[in-house]
Parts: sequence; C-alpha cells; structure tokens
Amino acid sequence: MALLEVRDLHVRVEDREILHGLDLTVNAGEVHAIMGPNGSGKSTLSHVIAGKPGYEVTDGQILFKGEDLLAMEPDERAAKGVFLAFQYPVEIPGVATMNFLRTALNAQRKARGEDEYSTPDFLKKVREVAKSLNIPQDMLKRGVNVGFSGGEKKRNEVLQMALFEPSLCILDEMDSGLDIDALRIAADGVNALRSPDRAMVVITHYQRLLNYIVPDFVHVMSRGRVVKSGDKQLALELEASGYAQFEDAA
Amino acid sequence: MNLVLAKTDTERAVSNVFATARDRLPGAGEVAEARRRAFEAYERAGLPHRRIEEWKYTDLRALMREVAPLAGRPDAAAITRAKAALELVAVDGAAKLVLVDGVFVPELSGIAELGAGISVRTLREILENGANDARSDLLLTSTTDAVISLNTAMVTDGVVISVADGTALSRPIQIVHVATASSASAFTRSHVKLGKAARATFIESFVAAEGASAYQANDAVILWVGDGAELSHLRVVADAADAVNISSGIVTVGAKAKLNLFNMTRGGAVSRYQVFITLAGEGSDLSVNGINLLKDKQHGDTTLVVDHAVPHCTSRENFRAVVDDRGHSVFQGRIIVRPDAQKTDGKMMTRALLLSDEAEADNKPELEIFADDVTCGHGATSGALDESLLFYLRARGLCEKDAQALLIQAFLGEAIEEIADESLREFVMAQAERWLEVRR
Amino acid sequence: MPAVQETVDRVRRIDVDQYRYGFETLIESEKAPKGLSEDTVRFISAKKNEPEWMLQWRLEAYRRWLTMREPTWARVDYPKIDYQEIYYYAAPKPKKQVNSLDEIDPEILKTYEKLGIPLREVAMLEGIEPRVGETDPVKSKIAVDAVFDSVSVATTFKEELKKAGVIFMPISEAIREHPELVQKYLGSVVPTSDNFFATLNSAVFSDGSFVYVPPGVRCPMELSTYFRINERNTGQFERTLIIADKGSYVSYLEGCTAPQRDENQLHAAVVELVALDDAEIKYSTVQNWYPGNSEGLGGIYNFVTKRGDCRGRNSKISWTQVETGSAITWKYPSCILRGDNSRGEFYSIAISNGFQQVDSGTKMLHLGKNTSSRIISKGIAAGKSQNTYRGLVTAHRKATGARNFTACDSLLIGDKCGAHTVPYIEAKNSSATFEHEATTSKISEDVLFYCTQRGLSEEEAVGLVVNGFVKDVLQQLPMEFAVEAQKLISISLEGSVG
Repeated sequence: MALLEVRDLHVRVEDREILHGLDLTVNAGEVHAIMGPNGSGKSTLSHVIAGKPGYEVTDGQILFKGEDLLAMEPDERAAKGVFLAFQYPVEIPGVATMNFLRTALNAQRKARGEDEYSTPDFLKKVREVAKSLNIPQDMLKRGVNVGFSGGEKKRNEVLQMALFEPSLCILDEMDSGLDIDALRIAADGVNALRSPDRAMVVITHYQRLLNYIVPDFVHVMSRGRVVKSGDKQLALELEASGYAQFEDAA
Repeated sequence: MNLVLAKTDTERAVSNVFATARDRLPGAGEVAEARRRAFEAYERAGLPHRRIEEWKYTDLRALMREVAPLAGRPDAAAITRAKAALELVAVDGAAKLVLVDGVFVPELSGIAELGAGISVRTLREILENGANDARSDLLLTSTTDAVISLNTAMVTDGVVISVADGTALSRPIQIVHVATASSASAFTRSHVKLGKAARATFIESFVAAEGASAYQANDAVILWVGDGAELSHLRVVADAADAVNISSGIVTVGAKAKLNLFNMTRGGAVSRYQVFITLAGEGSDLSVNGINLLKDKQHGDTTLVVDHAVPHCTSRENFRAVVDDRGHSVFQGRIIVRPDAQKTDGKMMTRALLLSDEAEADNKPELEIFADDVTCGHGATSGALDESLLFYLRARGLCEKDAQALLIQAFLGEAIEEIADESLREFVMAQAERWLEVRR
Repeated sequence: MPAVQETVDRVRRIDVDQYRYGFETLIESEKAPKGLSEDTVRFISAKKNEPEWMLQWRLEAYRRWLTMREPTWARVDYPKIDYQEIYYYAAPKPKKQVNSLDEIDPEILKTYEKLGIPLREVAMLEGIEPRVGETDPVKSKIAVDAVFDSVSVATTFKEELKKAGVIFMPISEAIREHPELVQKYLGSVVPTSDNFFATLNSAVFSDGSFVYVPPGVRCPMELSTYFRINERNTGQFERTLIIADKGSYVSYLEGCTAPQRDENQLHAAVVELVALDDAEIKYSTVQNWYPGNSEGLGGIYNFVTKRGDCRGRNSKISWTQVETGSAITWKYPSCILRGDNSRGEFYSIAISNGFQQVDSGTKMLHLGKNTSSRIISKGIAAGKSQNTYRGLVTAHRKATGARNFTACDSLLIGDKCGAHTVPYIEAKNSSATFEHEATTSKISEDVLFYCTQRGLSEEEAVGLVVNGFVKDVLQQLPMEFAVEAQKLISISLEGSVG
C-alpha cells in the first residue's frame, strides 16, 4: 500500500479551480520533489493535504495509509503522521516555543493512544534535537517564531519534524528566504530524518534545494496537474531549460 | 448637556429603595445630612444612560430593569453559606476581610493575622460612633458620578484600612464581598491608605454564595498610595451569572510611588469597574491592566481615567477582552496630561477578541493632552482569532478547542504578565483557565 | 524637501495678524433681511426661482430645526450664537448672465488674484503650456465653479465636461435644470433631520456645486470650487451634491479662504456624496478661513456636515482635508460603507494655532460585507489652540469581513496648547478586524538639535519635521493642491516656535 495516494484531485478556491485532476503516489522511504512555476498549484496541494480551510475539493481523493485523509480534521491528520513544514511559519506571540512543542507532541500522542511524555523525558528529547540543529535554548523560551530570522523559523520547522516523527513530511518552499548557509543547515536536518519508514514531498520552485535534498522522483506541475515525472535528472533539465516548455503541455 | 428627563420606572424604584432604607442606614446627624445631599445629587443626574458620555456604552436605564431592595443583615445560615463561597476566590496566605450582603462579618475575617503597622476598622463603626470630622470625610468624594453619589447615600459598611509609614505587610489583605441574598442590593465602601514607603498587596473579590442570584452590588474603594509606597491591587469579579456589579475606584498616588492594579471580570450579567486615578506626586509609576472574560449575554465595562496632574510620571495600561456568545465588552480609557505634567510617559493598549458572530466590543481609548513634552499613545484592536495561527496549531496536532484555548491564553497573557506579584499572576491565570475550561 | 526654504521665507515675512488673505472686496450685495423665519426661507427660495417642491423641502427642514438643540459634545467653546443676528442670504447684484471670464466683475477677479489662487484656467483656456513641474496639461486642468459669497459667478470648462456628459453646475441651477436628479439624491445622504447645523443648512442653503458623472465616465478633469466669504455678518450655507453613477470616477477639489473680520461668521455647509456600483469619488479640501486674530477675536465658525454614501458594490469614497483656518472647526467627513466590498478613506491634516479650536475626524460606518476603511489623521497644535481628533469606526452585525486601520498622530508645538484623541471603536461582529493606533508627542529635542547643528534655524527645523509629519496625507492631494497646502501649513504655524 502506498503511503500517500492522490487521485484525480480537483480543488477550488472561491470560484476558481486550481487543481484539475492531480495524481501522485508516494511510498514510504521515498523522496519526491514537486517543481513548477508560480501559480502552478504546488502550495495548494500541500495545503489540501494538510487540511487548510478555504479550499474546496470538488472531485478526487487523497488516501493516507489507505485512509481517507480528506475526511479528517487538520489535527487528526497531524496525529496520523502528516507534517507540513510551512513556507511562512506563523508567529504566535505569547505562546512559548517549549510550551507549544510539548502541547502539540502530547496532543498527537494522546490522539494515537500513546502515553504523554513526562516533563524530564520531553525536555531531554527537545534538547537533543535542538542541539543537533544548532538551535540555542533561549530560542525555545521565546514565543513561537516571534522575532526569529527566516533561517531560525525554518530550523524551528525542522525541529518539530524531528520531534514529532511524522511518516510524511511536506516541505513547502523550504528554501524561500534562506541564504546558502541557512539552507544547508536546514537541509542537513531534513536529510538526517530520511528513513525507510518515512516519505518526503519537497515542493520547490528552484532546483537549488535539490542539490541538498536529493530526490528519488521529480514531478513537474503546471496549471494544476502533474505534467511530467522522472528522476533527479529531470530537475537538472528544468534548471537548464526552464518551465516554459510545460506551460503549453498543460 | 443636562437633559431634564422624566424618571424611569427603574429610577422611581431607586428612590423608593432609598426612602425605605434611609432610617436603617448607619450614622446620624452630619452623616445623614451627607447622605441626603448625595442622594439629591444622584437624583439630579438620574441613573446613567447612553447620552451621558461616560456611560455611552453602559446604559443602566436599559440594563437594570429591576432595582433590588437593600439586603438585610445576614443570619447564621447566610454566614455559613458565605464561608463556603470564600474558597472560590481564595488566595494563598491572604488575610480576609469579609463583607456578606454589605455587612462586615468578623467571624469570617482575619484582622488579627495582619500584624503590626496596620489599623482596620469597619466603616459602619466609624459612621455610627467616630469623631465628627472622620465621619463626614469618609463620605466625601471629588466626583459627580451618579453611581458614586448613590453609593454615598446608601452605603452600609466597608473597611477602613490604614497602613503606617514604612510598614511592609507580610501577607496580602483581601476584601471578599459575598452575596448570599437573592434579589437584594448591597452598597459598600472601603478606604485603603498606604503611608509613606509602605508596601502592601490588596485584593478585592466579589463572589456569590450558592443559590444567590439577581443581586446588585454598588461598591466604592478609595485608595491612597503614599509617597514612596508600593501597592499591588487585584480585583476579581466572579459574581453570579445574573448579578449586577457597579464598582468605582478613586485612587490618589503620591510621589515616587508604584501602583500595580489589575481588574478581572469573569462573572455577572452587568459589570462595570470605573477607576479614577490621579498621579499627584512626581516620579511615580502606574500600571493598570485587566481582562474581561464574557459569555452568554454578559456585559462587562472597564472605564479608566488616568490623570497625570504632575510631571515625570509613567503610566501603562494594558487591557484584553475575550467575548463569546452574545457578550458585550466595553473599554473606555482616558489619559489626561495636565498643562504642567511635562515628561509624562503614558501608553495604553486595549484589544478585544471576539469568539462568536454575535459578540460585541466597544473600545474608546482617549488622549487628552495639555502639555507638550510628553510621549503618549494608545492602540486598540478587535477581531477574531487569527485563522492562520489556528491552522498552524491544528497542523501540529492540536484540536480546534485546544488550539483556541492556547491562543486565548497567550492573548490574555499579554495583560496578565503585567501583574507584578508572581503568586497573584498565577492566581489570575488559574481563574482565566477555569473560565476557558467551562467554555470547552 | 524643496518647499522648506520657501516655507521659511514665508514664515519670516508674515506674523499672526497678517492674515494674508484678509481683505475685503467692495461690491454691492443684496441681502435677505436679518434673522431667520419662514419668510427668510421663502425669500431665499424665491431669489433662486426655485420650484415649489424645493421650497417645501426647505420649510420642512426649517420647522424641524426649530425643535432641535445645538450640539454640545464637541470640545469647542464659543459664545452663544444668536441665530436672529445673522443674514442668511447675500448675493452680488446680478448684472447680467456671465458667459466668460471677461464678463466677471474685475473686482472679483482681482480678489482671486490676491488670494494667490487665480483663475489660472484663463491661461489654460488660451492653450498656454503647463507650468514647470506639471508635465501633463490635461491632468492639471481644473474646472472652477467659483462661488463668490453665495452665488456662483463663473463656470468654466463647461464645454469639455458637457462632451463627457458630466453635469457640473451651481446647485441652484441643477434644481431647475435637473430636478429629477436633485430630488432623487438631495438629502439622501444627510437627511434634513440629521443634525442641528445640517438641518439649518437644509432650510437656508444659498448655493453650492452639483456634480453628476454618468455611468462609466471618468471625469476628464479635476473639478474645483473656491469659496469666499465676503459679506459682513453673512452666514454661508453651501450645499454640495456629487453623484458618481455606476463605474464612474470624479475628483473634486474644494478650497477656501476668507477675509479678515472682527465679528464671528457662521458657516454650516453640507456636502453629500453618492457613489454607485464600482464608482469612485475623491474629495479634497484645503480650508483656510480666517482663524481670528492674535487675541482670539473674530474668525469663522465652521460647522460642516460632510458625508459620503458608498451605496454601490465596490464603490470608493476618499476624503482628504487640510484644515488650517477657522476659529472653530466642527467637521467629520464620513463614509457610509453600504455596498459590499466598498471602501472609505479619510486623510486629514488639522493645524491649529493662536486660539483656534478644532474638533474634527471621521465616521466609518461599515454596513456591507467585506468593506474596508482607512483613517490617517495628523493633528498639529500650536499657540493656545485646542486640537481634537474625534472618530467613530463601527461594524454592524451583518458587516462581515469589515476591516479598518486607523492611525492618528498629534504633534504639540509649545506648552499652552492641547491635543486630544477621542476614538470610538465599535465591533459588532467577530469577523470585523479593527486596528487603531494613536500617538502624541512634541518635536524631538534631539532632532531639533541635530538640524540646528547642521545649520538650520529652529523654524526651519520645525518646518522640516512638520513637513515629514504630514507627508502621508499631503501625498493624497492632487499635485498643485499639495503645493498650496504645504505653503498654507507653514503660514499657519508661523510664530509657533521660540
């Protein structure tokens, strides 16, 4: 059984159809890159998988471990193992990062019928992960993402990914707003999380990110569909020739 | 504009309550005369209504359909019920001064726990037996506000506290108002005077005994913070769901003093806390904050006037309202800077969070500035919970209610963290969490 | 900032009592009898050759007015006005029908010249090149419907407007020539019963402008009227009505100066704007009436009701005002955001000096869905003046998705003045998002020191800071107006430093 199976997905925002019959199959252990020009529907796909309000699925289905993902609330999806690393992680003033991490982790564990972490176990786990990602302790005391730099925000997303141990990670434009050093740190964090049980969907406009997170499969999206799929060579071709060739194919 | 309007039914009822009660009210001679004058002053204005600017959003003529008669003296059963209710607003280590239905009850109070350097008497005792000048002073106020005039006319009891110069109280003083009688009213007034360089924590709480409903409270607190003194003042209004609570504070702050005041309203059908603070001595720090937690059809009004009468004072005001169902929150805050009050630094922030389509929030932050070398500002926002924050939290596994609760706590935290005293801060957070729990 | 040097020069040249625009034009006038009665109303109506329905409309307003009280809630203080001591109508004696500028009384033309706001359209009519800094001759065209005292005496650019189908004429004419439009819209935004001063205006208004822009038309030029108050003890009661039909656009400029007087003069104008579906109205004002002398004597009492109704979907109304004159200003240009997705804007600079009292702001009433509004208010108080911003933002139960942003900043110059901020913010549904911020401060000593250390005089430094302070609002004005306004601001603040 595939981990994620998207079949003939049609999605509307207000009165406009953004995705017109998208198919995608992702198995455990695989890393898929989804590339495409602005407005091709990449971020819409990630939002619909995570359950962001405001999108109307008019046709098709999304199965996650064989279950109907679209029937679940966003938090149920998270507990099942769907993790979206946001393109623009929000700032939540007044909610200390540490408190947030514990609340979220325990909510997920509780939903799965697992025991909640004890405070010392939790602290130990966070410290380990934070250290591996070079995240200073005082960052964890601050409000979630409040006053964080672009790189810090993305590292905070990776930290959560490591902590929550999801089976599907969707990285939405992880490279946007990052310089090369920040990108490398974040990508190293992501690569450390690659495992046979876990799949990743890397959404990006540029090939650059794929030098650091090397995909098994590359899909090109244009105008709400996957128009071409291939291996990592495809990304390099795109880098050379651009997206224009696909604009008409759609 | 002084409109001469015919009395409403409610107003006629108020007049009847006074006429019936006046012979039972403590104090004769000058005290009775002061009451009569105050009642006349009240009658000239009538119950505040929407065309009185200060009461624009809290129209008592519309909100107070019934006027309850003055509550009788609590009997032994009432005192037992009151005792049980004290737990609801218990603060660790506080020495309680308990007023049940507007009457001081010594057996529930712990005056002896307060130690040296503080004197506590009841208002009733002074009104009945005190020296002449002491008695009439207690009924003097500088305001012309109608509900304060009514309080002066009708007040039955309260406490008069004086903390000697240089005394630092080891435990908080807590006045607890307990209502046990239903459909009855209580008029109370307390005086708290902090001497020079004194330090104290003063809590005032309102709570209902089990079964008490539809009661009305009119309370006034007159506070002096002496030169160099420091006062933490917390108010917790946790009245019965159908109660009316109109409270007034008149505060004078001396030089180089610190006042940290916090008001929490999480009960009552109609609540208004109006506080008039005068910064009368240079170099003082004022921090006034509060939260309104409202649901059902509750109406909660916080009205604040900070009068910078002298130079070199700082004031900070931070208010938050969380309004659910058909609740209605009102915040009015005015910072006045008098012509001589140069180097004033005053900032006010008020924010309302509306959780339901029918919730309502009115904000009126005002600046009234007559001196030029000042830095003053205010901000106001209102709106719903941020959808993008909610989604982020839900995408991380929090259910909708939990995600909301976390954001609401953070929102309230911005005001609660202004409470200087850590144990009071935790007490208020716990009270707020209790409100959120019920909501869930 | 290029205007600074000029600003400073002007400030140096002029002192408080030298109100630059204080002179009097000696022209014969025809007055209504002093005082207000049904007869006065009938007199005015008759003078204007009005149809019966208009007279009845006025009389109804007059009778309503008799039952009303003068409002007292504003922070302004003035001696009681004796409404029977005022002349309600004065007109230059009609000489003959005016067809071109040549035919206008040379006295009047001279007046405009002295004002420094000449009928520069004279030049433009001759096809003269635009002035330096103005690159687009079409854009800088201004049609002037000059109101001199109470009667319009000149109307230019009629032909071009006519081609576009735009009606721009004195309202007295519109009442006769377009009664169907006037009857449909007059009083539909500011009803005759609205408030004491608006009701008074409804009874006795003398003249004003009428604009109708037909569907889909973008008005080819800025429309402009200069108001002058010129007759001793003459109340001035303009009435303006602007209708932007579906998908149309119009920008209207109003500028005012008045000669110096010892006695106070009452002014109670009403301006009504109606924007239908997808229409936009931009209304800009520079107000510079006589503020009174250095002792606080004289000056105009300005009680104005200005309101725009965004009646249609996606409509927009934008108010921009530069208020520097008048002894008393009582003025709240407002927007009723009735149409879904409609937008209201209010940009204001209010400057008070001497003994001036300003109580001004706006009301944004959100009624339709997804309506938005923006308020930027800059108050500057100097001398012994009192300057109050008073604003209301309200979102009704059904106004889902309403948004407002408000920023009101006050600057104090000197320690004898007052700056006050009184916002009313009322959210009646949870999807309304309101943000309000206000600050009050004086010009930073550090900034002044920095500037003076770099060689600027204190007045220059103040001018620099003030120009920066009001920049956001000035940018909203049409270019030529912005330049005038900037000069005016400097003149208004003259003598406030040191």
